[in-house]
Amino acid sequence: MSDATDRPAIVLRGLTKRYGAAVAVDHLDLDVASGETFALLGPNGAGKTTTVECLEGYRSPDEGTVRVLGLDPRRDARRLRPRIGLMLQDGGIYPLAKPGELLRLFAAFHREPLPVDDLLERVGLTAVRRTRYRDLSGGQQQRLSLALALVGRPEIVFLDEPTAGLDPAARRLTWELIGELRSAGVTIVLTTHLLDEAERLADRVAIVDHGRLVALGTPDELTHGDLAQIEFTARPGLDVDDLAASLGVAVREHGAGRYHLDAGNHPALIARLAAWLADRDERIGKLTAGKRSLEEVFLRLTAEADHDRDAGSVGPVTTAGSDVEVAP
Amino acid sequence: MSGQPAPPRTPVATGGADVDRRLPVVPAVRAQAWMELKLLVRSGESLIITLGIPIGVLVFFSVVDVLPTGGQRAVDFLVPGVLAISIAGTGLVAVGIQTAFERKYGALKRLGGTPLSRGGFLVAKGLAVAALLGVQAALVVALAAGLLDWRPDGGAVAAPLVVIVGAVAFTALGLLLAGSLRAEATLALTNAAFLVLLLISGVTFDAAALPDALAAVGQALPLGALGTALRTALAGEGLAVAPLATVAGWGLAAAALASRTFRWEP
Repeated sequence: MSDATDRPAIVLRGLTKRYGAAVAVDHLDLDVASGETFALLGPNGAGKTTTVECLEGYRSPDEGTVRVLGLDPRRDARRLRPRIGLMLQDGGIYPLAKPGELLRLFAAFHREPLPVDDLLERVGLTAVRRTRYRDLSGGQQQRLSLALALVGRPEIVFLDEPTAGLDPAARRLTWELIGELRSAGVTIVLTTHLLDEAERLADRVAIVDHGRLVALGTPDELTHGDLAQIEFTARPGLDVDDLAASLGVAVREHGAGRYHLDAGNHPALIARLAAWLADRDERIGKLTAGKRSLEEVFLRLTAEADHDRDAGSVGPVTTAGSDVEVAP
Repeated sequence: MSGQPAPPRTPVATGGADVDRRLPVVPAVRAQAWMELKLLVRSGESLIITLGIPIGVLVFFSVVDVLPTGGQRAVDFLVPGVLAISIAGTGLVAVGIQTAFERKYGALKRLGGTPLSRGGFLVAKGLAVAALLGVQAALVVALAAGLLDWRPDGGAVAAPLVVIVGAVAFTALGLLLAGSLRAEATLALTNAAFLVLLLISGVTFDAAALPDALAAVGQALPLGALGTALRTALAGEGLAVAPLATVAGWGLAAAALASRTFRWEP
C-alpha cells in the first residue's frame, strides 16, 4: 500500500446512538487501521448498521466522536463523500435503471472514476448491462451495488451485509472481489452476521451485541486465544480433580467420557495431558486441540453479554496484544 | 494531480490519496438530470398522466363540443387549460410519485452517500422536469396549431414565464408530499388531488358553469390560478398578477415546508 499512514482510517470514541428509549449503539470504541479489512459481526439488531451509518454520515451520534480519514462524517460530508464508497443493506437503487447507465451516472460524480466497461466485466454484469435493476437476480443486484461503491476509486468502502441473501456461488464471487480490494490496500468495513464470512475476509473482527463491543481481535486470536479449548474423549469417570490439579487448568467431564479443558492450545499442556493419561494407561478416543470455530466463540460471547446485562454488570471487552480478554 | 492518471492495475483496485477528489459539478448534475428524465419517461403510468390526459382532453373536447367554454372556440379555451394540466400532471403527479418511490426504495438515501449534493440533486430534478415539460408544451402547441387551427393572440414572453412559475410550484408540491408521506399515500393523494383540481379549476371547462363558491375555491388553488394566468397571457393581455401570485404563493409555501419536512430516507 503506497499511501499508508500511521493515522487510523477510522476512529470511534464512545459512540452512542439511541432510537427513543432503545440504545442501538452503546459507548463503542474502535480504531480501524488504514488498509485494514474490518468486520463488525453480530446478530440482527446488534447495532452494526447504525454504527456503519454513523461512519457514512447518515446518522449523527447522540454521544461520542466519529472520525473517518480524520474528518467528521456529517460536518465534513462534502470532503469525505468523494473518498468513500458504500453499499447499503437494501439496494437503494432505482428499480427501472440499468447497470450500465447507473455505473456511468455514479462515475460522473468523480473526476477519475474506474473505467465503467471494465468494472461491469469484473463484476460479471456485462451481459445484463441493459437489464432493469428490478429484473436482475439477487446476486446481480448485490454485485451492481458493490460496483457502484467502487466506481469512484474510494479509499474506504463500507459494505453493509454484502452477501445477504446470496447463494454460495454468488457469495464466493463477492468474496473474491472484496479480497481483491483488500490486496489493493483499500480500507474495508463490512458488517455480517455470517461467521465464516468474517473469518474468511477480515483482518480483525469486532463482535458486537446489543450495541456493545463484546470482543475484538483477529479471527486467529478469537479462535485460538483464551477462548480456545481442548477437548478429548476417554473412558468415562476419570478423576478430573486430579487431572485439573496436575495441569493447572479447569477440567470438566460433560457427557460420559467427554472431557473439556478450559485452556488454549499450548503444546506443553497437551504433553502433560498425554503424560497423565499414559501414567494411568488411559487411551484417548479423540483429541481436538485449540481452534474453536468462530461460531462457538460468538455464541459464548453473546451469551455472556446477555448474562452480564441481566446481572447488571457493565463493561465492554477489548483485546490487548495477541490474546483476547473476556469481560468478567 | 496533473497529467494522465495512471490506469489502475486491476479494474476493481482503487486509488488512494493521489486521486483528484473534486466534484465535477456540471457533468454530475447533467448525468443526474439525464437519469431523472429517463426514469420519468420509463414509468409508463406516469406518461399517461403527463402526456395522455392533457392531449386526450385537448383533442377530444376540441373536436366534440360538449363542454361549456365560455363563448370561446373550444380549442382557444382548452390550450391554456391543457398546458396547466400538463404542468400539474408532471410536477405534482409524476415527479411526486417518482420521488416518493425513489425514497421508498432507498435510492435517495444511496444518492445522499455520493458526492452529488442535495442542491445538485434538486437542480437535476428541475432540469428533467423542464425538459419533459418543454416537450409536452411543444406537443400541445404543435397539435393545437397544426390540427386544430389554434393561434395565440400573444404571450410570447408572458406565457413561458407563467409556465416556469407553475412548473416550480407544482414540482415543489410534488416533492413536499413525496418527502413526507409514504409512497403509497403520495400515489393516492396526488392522483386524487389531480382529479379534483381538473374538475373545479376551470381548465377543462369554463368555471362559470360551477357554483360560485366552488369556482372561487378552484381559482384559489394552484391549477385554477395557473390556468387563468396562462389564458390571460395567451390572449395577449400580459401577466395576470393576482393568479400568478397565487401560484407562486403555493409554490413558496410548499418549498418552505418541504425544506423543513423532506425526509431522504425510507
